[in-house]
Amino acid sequence: MPKMNLSNFEAAVLFALFTSVVLGIITKKTDRERVRYAAYCFACFIAAIFGLSWLMYLGHG
Amino acid sequence: MDRAPVNNSVGKWLPAVVLAWIIPGGGHFLLKRPGRGGLIAASVTAMFLLGLMMRGALFQPQTGDLLTTVIYVGGFIGNLMSGILYFVTVWLGYNQPDVAGHVHDYGTKFLVAAGLLNVLAMVDAFEIASGKKD
Repeated sequence: MPKMNLSNFEAAVLFALFTSVVLGIITKKTDRERVRYAAYCFACFIAAIFGLSWLMYLGHG
Repeated sequence: MDRAPVNNSVGKWLPAVVLAWIIPGGGHFLLKRPGRGGLIAASVTAMFLLGLMMRGALFQPQTGDLLTTVIYVGGFIGNLMSGILYFVTVWLGYNQPDVAGHVHDYGTKFLVAAGLLNVLAMVDAFEIASGKKD
């Protein structure tokens, strides 16, 4: 099994991607709603990543 | 609002839920939802494999104080929920110790998260099989 070294950002984006796909599939009834909800979840994850990153950066001084 | 009749007989949903646990996405394939099953299988498998490639640790059940019990037993259950991915990994002798470092730490979380995503897929398979959703 190859070893993989991902940065914090890369790992968080991959986590967001796979989680969004599953959340989209299980929560909505039509394919169109699923795609929209998965994209919405992914956008929320990315916004949270950037928001919390800046918060930690600014809070750290 | 019209809703499909709910079928709660165990024989109807149990095979789908058990298959969804053993093979991620398998429950959806059994219920003739191959598109959704394929996406679930790809997502859970990719997350589990990334966890392995980042050399994440698999949890062993361990009891002690409340926090230790919750983390180790909960983590073990999370790992176990990945089904065949977990069993094959253990069978092939994967034994990564829990070491410091953000990559290992992400790997450990990815391994547990793969199992938790599979739990969501199992619940979805249950709802489809029992007629609560399409």
